[in-house]
Formats: sequence, C-alpha cells, structure tokens
Amino acid sequence: MLKKTLLTGLALSMAMVTTAYAADPIKIVYIGKNTGNPYFDSITGGFEDACKSLGCEFEFVAPATAEATSQIPFIEAQIQRGVNVIAIAPNSPDALNQVLDTAKAKGILVLTVNGDLVGNESHRDATILPVDFTKTGPNQVELMGSMIGYKGDIAILSATTEAPDQNTWIAAMNDTLKNDAKYKDMHLVATVYGDDQPEKSTTEMEALLSNYPNLVGVIAPTTVGIAAAAQVIQSRNLAKTVHVTGLGLPSEMRDFIKDGTVSAFQLWSPYNEGWLAAHFAVGVVGGTIKNEVGGTFEVPNLGTITIADKNAMNTQAELTTFTPENIDDFNF
Amino acid sequence: MSAIHTPATRDLPPARPRWQVIVIRPETMTLVLLIAALFGASLLSPYFLDVGYILRSFTLSAEFAIVALVLTMIIIAGEIDLSPAANMALSACLFAFAQQAGIPMPLAIAIGLFAGLVMGAINGFMVIRLQIPSIIVTIGTLTLYRGLAQVIAGDKSIRVPDWFIGINTVLIAGIPLTVLIFIIASIILGVVLSMTIFGRQIYQIGTNEVAARHAGIRSQRIKMSLFLLMGLVSAAAGLMTASRLGSVRYDLGLGGELQMVLMAMLGGTYIFGGRGTILGTFLAAWLLVIVSTGMTVANVPPSVQLVVQGVLLIVSIIATNFIYSRTQR
Repeated sequence: MLKKTLLTGLALSMAMVTTAYAADPIKIVYIGKNTGNPYFDSITGGFEDACKSLGCEFEFVAPATAEATSQIPFIEAQIQRGVNVIAIAPNSPDALNQVLDTAKAKGILVLTVNGDLVGNESHRDATILPVDFTKTGPNQVELMGSMIGYKGDIAILSATTEAPDQNTWIAAMNDTLKNDAKYKDMHLVATVYGDDQPEKSTTEMEALLSNYPNLVGVIAPTTVGIAAAAQVIQSRNLAKTVHVTGLGLPSEMRDFIKDGTVSAFQLWSPYNEGWLAAHFAVGVVGGTIKNEVGGTFEVPNLGTITIADKNAMNTQAELTTFTPENIDDFNF
Repeated sequence: MSAIHTPATRDLPPARPRWQVIVIRPETMTLVLLIAALFGASLLSPYFLDVGYILRSFTLSAEFAIVALVLTMIIIAGEIDLSPAANMALSACLFAFAQQAGIPMPLAIAIGLFAGLVMGAINGFMVIRLQIPSIIVTIGTLTLYRGLAQVIAGDKSIRVPDWFIGINTVLIAGIPLTVLIFIIASIILGVVLSMTIFGRQIYQIGTNEVAARHAGIRSQRIKMSLFLLMGLVSAAAGLMTASRLGSVRYDLGLGGELQMVLMAMLGGTYIFGGRGTILGTFLAAWLLVIVSTGMTVANVPPSVQLVVQGVLLIVSIIATNFIYSRTQR
C-alpha cells in the first residue's frame, strides 16, 4: 500500500515539477552557514533587492548549525526543487564536493558567496567574495597607524589559532609592519586568540592590558574580538590611551562608535555580495554574461566587475571604514 | 482449589483479543506516523513525493540508520552505546590516514574496520569486566575517540581516492547501495533478534539480567559480542560516510549518536531494555528521513524542524510507555 501511494505520488509530482519548470522566472537560493546570523540577513537583503529589480525568485535557507555536512540535505532539497542557481556560504571546503557536483550535473549554476571552496574550486562555477583578502591586512595596519600617529606598541586579538582567513590577514599585517618604512615605529608586541568567544576574548584583552602597559592599540580582525575588546576599553574608560580597531559589524559596534570608545573600524558590505551574486547569476543563466576568467560586466551601483583568476569576483577594492559620520548608514 | 483460582482470575485482565496484540504495538504507531508524515510532506511541497529523491535523501542518514539497528539490540540488552558516531570518525580517520601514507587500500580498509572492532572491545571490556555503567563508559569513549580522531587528522580533511568515492550513488535496481545495505542488515538482524535463541536471550538479559544468568544465559558473552558488533558496524558506517563525502575530517558524523538513539526510541525500543524490535527502528529511520526531508524541501526553517522532531520524540516516548504499561505481561 505504501508503495502504491509512493508510485502514484511520484507520477503526480513529476507532472507538477515539469509544469513548474516551464513558466517560472530564474530561481535563486542562497544557503547560509547557519540560521540566526545577522550577517547573512544583510547578504540576503542584497539578493532580495536585486531580484526585485531583475525579476528573479529568491529564497534563503540555512541549517541550524554550521557543521561541515549540515548543508548537504539543503543542497539536495534545492536540486529537487529545481532551482536554477545555488549560491552558498560553504561550511566545509570539501565535504560538499559530491553534492555540488550533482547540482552542477543537473545544470544548476553553483556560486560560493562570502567564502570559497579553497582547493576545490572546480566543484563550483564561480565565487563572489567581498574584497581581495590580500589587502585586508595592510588596510587594517594603515587604519591602526592613522589612529595612533604611526608609533607605539600594538597587539592583535584574533579568533582561533586555526582560523584560515584571520591567519592570512595576520601574516599580511606582520609583513606590512616589517617591510613598509611608514610603519617602522609601530611594534607588534603580541598576537593572542579569543577563539571567537566573547568571554575568552575579554579575558585575553584584559591580559593584554596588564601585560603590556605601554600598549596604544589593538587590532581585532574578527567581529567577536573587536566587540569584546571595545567592551573592555569602555568599562575601564581607556579610550584615550588604547585605540581599538579591526573588523566589526556596524550593528554591534554602533554604541562604541557613538560614545567614542572606538573611533573607526572596517568591514565590507555583505549587502553588495548578494547584490552582485544575483546580478551575475541572472546574467549567466540568461546568457548576457559569460562566466570566463578575464570577462567583465556592469553591475548597477558597483560599476565594472572583472572575473578574476579561478572565476572569483570582489564587490569592492578596499575595505569600508566605519566612523561616527557614516555608521548610521549601515544596518547590518 | 477453586478458592485459590478465583482471586487469580480476578487480578488478571481478560485475555486481549488477537487484533489488539497485533495492532497495539509501538511499531504500529511508528508506521502510522510514517504514513502520516508521507502524506503531510506531500501536501507541504510538490517536490517531495519522488522515490528517487527520498532514497537519495535516505543515503544521508543511512550510515546512522545501519548503526542504529545494532544500537537497538544493545538497548534491548539493557545497555547503551553513545560512542558509535565518534567510532565512525576515528575509524574513518585511521583508514584515510593509512591510505594517504601509502598503505594499499584493502589493507587500509581492514585497518579501519579492525580499529572499530578494538573500540567496541574497549567499550565492552569496561562495561562487562570493570562493571562500569555503559552510559558513563560510552560518554567517555565518545569524547576519547573523537579526540583521537582530531589528533590523527588535525584540523584538515584527508581526501580518499576517486574510485572509493560515491558508494551512495551506486544504484542496484534503482536503490542506492547504502540504502540496500540498510535494508539487508535490517532483515538479517531482525531475523536474528526475533527468531533465534541468541535473539531471545538478548531480550531476557534486558528484562532481568540476574534471572537470565541464573537460567544459564551467558549474558557477559552475549553483551560482549554486541559491543564488538557495534564497533565493527560503526567502522563500516564510517567508511561508507567517507565514501559518500569523498573526504574525512575528525568531525565526521558529529552528533550522530543522538540521531541513532532517536531512531531506536521512535521505533519503540524501551530505554530500560527488554523491549523493542528491529522493525521499529527500521520504520523510525524512514520516519525521521521523511519528516526532515519533507520539511527541508518545503523550505521550512530549521527552528520549526527541531520543534517538530522534539514533539515527535516526546509523543512516541509517551505512547511507547503507555503501550508497554498496558500490555505488561
């Protein structure tokens, strides 16, 4: 009996799937790392607004947890739903390879947005990243320098010791500090790790302050770290002596900017990632954009986008700097 | 004579009609929920009712489901094992590490399987020889095995050879191989548990171990063999997962033990032992896959999915307890 139900149901659903295919506009889904992450609301906003103007259909889904394989059922489900484009912030650089290959084999355009399958780029069609990550380190050092007059002891408060993005940036910061004469009077005295946990980050920040009394600046290239560092500075009323900057979310940092605890910090615009991804996807599916390395196309508000090596695109050349003047323009 | 007989009959409930014996069982409830879930999911999304898709989705849980079958037997025997998911990870890491180090594949696979057997033996030794409660032992080894896996694999993933990838995409008569393995394992273990002396003895140990021992049942030997089987099957499941994902990391199957226990509970296995069937776990595995697949393909948010799964579990536990208390022999 069960079998019969299944079989009749199958015939029925097949009929429905085929009719659904014919009339619908381009269907784009974005699979986030996990639910309840305000960062992804902003990316989703970019997708939604782009789809409003381009006439595509957009949906956001995400698993409850960000573990390596939790996105697989969601990718399977989207393949089954017959979407045209799967955009994803992958939770693993390789656990998704097989299922993404299945999606590609079905003719679905697979894009990674806000994170890539490093080393497994052949399992997706293109990637959209906010900035060229090689510039993040130097950008942060420059901002720190401008806040402390390019001299004094500074420290770095990072995420985990293994975090790949942070480690890339920290290596670049070290390199910049050592090789660029402009920063010769800035001394990096310590790099500590708060594991992206508020409590541990706070403890590490407190330890930095007591171990290095001459400290004038702390760079925290992680949203959890910079918020914890700012909290410590605020409660100890040290804003005049120790300058905190790094990568943070405007929504979490707004109060610290307004009360002067932090004078400036940086990030990119997650919104633009969604905006760019949707324009690219619709262009490629519609045939107006060729997904080839070296190709260029125009995106409203972002200008000319170039498809770089490994089919990678960036939404902006430099990090966005948030200050008391512009912080209210951002709501993510 | 009759004076003794009369109060006895008054205390005994009237013999239950045959249909009640057959129908009022936890497995019946699981089956009803399964059918309801199939209908519910088809109403929820037009993309759901597609045998190929359901089978493909089942492959994502098939490894856990296979292990859950053995777990059912362990729970019926009055013990529990919470370490199989960690065992899967450690076996798979050892296998992947070995083949990456240049050891021939058949030998690497044997290393993985043997490691699983050893892990099962460690659990069994501590539970049976050292007489430590299995829940404590296996919570310990759950952490230990996962930790060792991380020591071996580090934070990186280990690739497996291309020909080894994709056991879940091998179709036999339209059925993915891992699903077929699950079905065959269900039949074999179902027969063993319900139709052999060994199987009856497992129930007796779980119902009353002291009585079973006095009746001459070698409970320690039977429990040890179950823990060994658990270790071996977990390792095999770990290798299947490695084949499905194409790479191995220490976090393979993370949290899987809860899904396995969930499958056994939903299938009407009594957590204090002595009751439960393979059929129940078999149906529950499908139920869980249908419920989560149905909601995922309908883009139901994960928060709602968790609530539905929680309600499902509580309902089934209440029903199971109710049925068992009603049908107390």
